[in-house]
Amino acid sequence: MKKRKKTYLKNRVIFVDEQLIKNGIRIDGRKLDELRPIEAKVGVLKNADGSAFFRLGNTMAVAGVFGPRKVYPKHEEQAEKAILRTQYKMAPFATETRGRPGPNRRSTEISMVTRNSLLPVIFVEEYPKTAIDVHIEVLQADASTRCVGINAAALALADAGVPMRDLVSSCSAGKVNDTVVLDVAGKEDTEGELDLPIAYYPKRNQITLLQMDGIADSSEVKKIIQLAVKGCKQIYEKQKEALRSKYALEKMDDVIS
Amino acid sequence: MIELDTHLIRHMALDEKRIDGRSPDEYREITIEPDFVTSAEGSCRVKIGNTEVLVGVKIDVAEPFADTPNEGVLMVSSEFVPLASSDFESGPPGEESIEVSRVVDRTIRESKAIDFEKLCIVPGEKVWMVCVDIDVLDYDGNLIDASSLAATIALMNARLPDLNDEKKSIYGKKGKNKLPMSGMPLATTFAKISGKIFSDPIKIEERSLDAVLTVGTAVKDGKTMLCAMQKGGTGGFSLEEIEQIFDMAIKKGDVLRKKAEKFV
Repeated sequence: MKKRKKTYLKNRVIFVDEQLIKNGIRIDGRKLDELRPIEAKVGVLKNADGSAFFRLGNTMAVAGVFGPRKVYPKHEEQAEKAILRTQYKMAPFATETRGRPGPNRRSTEISMVTRNSLLPVIFVEEYPKTAIDVHIEVLQADASTRCVGINAAALALADAGVPMRDLVSSCSAGKVNDTVVLDVAGKEDTEGELDLPIAYYPKRNQITLLQMDGIADSSEVKKIIQLAVKGCKQIYEKQKEALRSKYALEKMDDVIS
Repeated sequence: MIELDTHLIRHMALDEKRIDGRSPDEYREITIEPDFVTSAEGSCRVKIGNTEVLVGVKIDVAEPFADTPNEGVLMVSSEFVPLASSDFESGPPGEESIEVSRVVDRTIRESKAIDFEKLCIVPGEKVWMVCVDIDVLDYDGNLIDASSLAATIALMNARLPDLNDEKKSIYGKKGKNKLPMSGMPLATTFAKISGKIFSDPIKIEERSLDAVLTVGTAVKDGKTMLCAMQKGGTGGFSLEEIEQIFDMAIKKGDVLRKKAEKFV
């Protein structure tokens, strides 16, 4: 038998062996439908027009927004709307083995799906002939980096004052040890059977990002999507809280005086 | 012109009608030609309507990745050559071409259709590296379905080269052994136009859509399972629409599999 290892999360201590889930408790001490601890902060950078930091457990990302501003190169300009450009980037030290700097196939794809997930909520038609640039930097990666990036980007866009219909919230759900779980992380990510990230546009009840890696039957996939939507609704509340803590006025007196 | 087409397509879609007269869940005519190129270990040419792709599979001995010393390697890449459409430019692969190759890769890999452990020759030293290259020859929409169909048939027909005593592949000679593959993973793509769902979108439909969802399906223990997903386009889907697409994907995937079986 292998030696048992201890892991800690907040104040909980559990013993870990081969099984990733025991009696409805996961390897890091979470319940099946529990997200990792969330930290959201708005306005973390000086230079960007809007910025935000988002953390989900050990995954951290910072997003910065520039614009709406002039488009360079000029030929990308669109006469009737603003263009949204997103760049997802992972720091070389964000993962266990060093990542090679610069864009790769994975980051190019994620940049594209991130843009598609954010576009439905932005009033691009209000700013023709401009560009809105969103830069996402993943500082530490422990699964769901695209989701954390999208959460930070949505907050940064709001912080930049870009007119939006709503925020976009994102998280993943999956299957580990044949059990449906929310927010796959750590060992679950490398050893789990399925990972399904979504982005959610709460006011319209629409899914704006949907990807899946892994095999399952359709009824199971439906359950996983529903659980992920539940997770997104929790993240939505945390995002609003972060915006309020920067922008909401403390008392009504402040408004009057 | 494009704008007029877009308006017409979006207007017709409201009544579930299409510009080329097909019904919402109808595919264009599909032609399959396996073993099209003899220099490759496996190949297949697929035409879906006016979309045409050629997939070649090259297999050779390579070093395994450090984290999977006992497993073979699968690589999928695609190239959108300017020959295929006036929209394509030469140069490094763009977003769309990267997406096609990554979704085809995901569908095959995540379905566990290939037994990667059986592709190990000497653990930690030598494994089979399977390279799938997608060459787009003619583009009229739905490249993912065409590429995935061609890739799966090419892989299922591919032969591993024979090895000499030094465990190097013998040059210029065809082998006999097939790849350890089962389940026939295939991608099926569905476009949402004016709130209605259509399968196998053509180029002008792709320009008019709100959102698009590709679902990979494969057979496991006699049951059709979902093995990969990718949402594209700038709009969103409701849960009900996604569930509708799942049912269509399973049905269409099985139809395509039946068609493909004849060429394996």
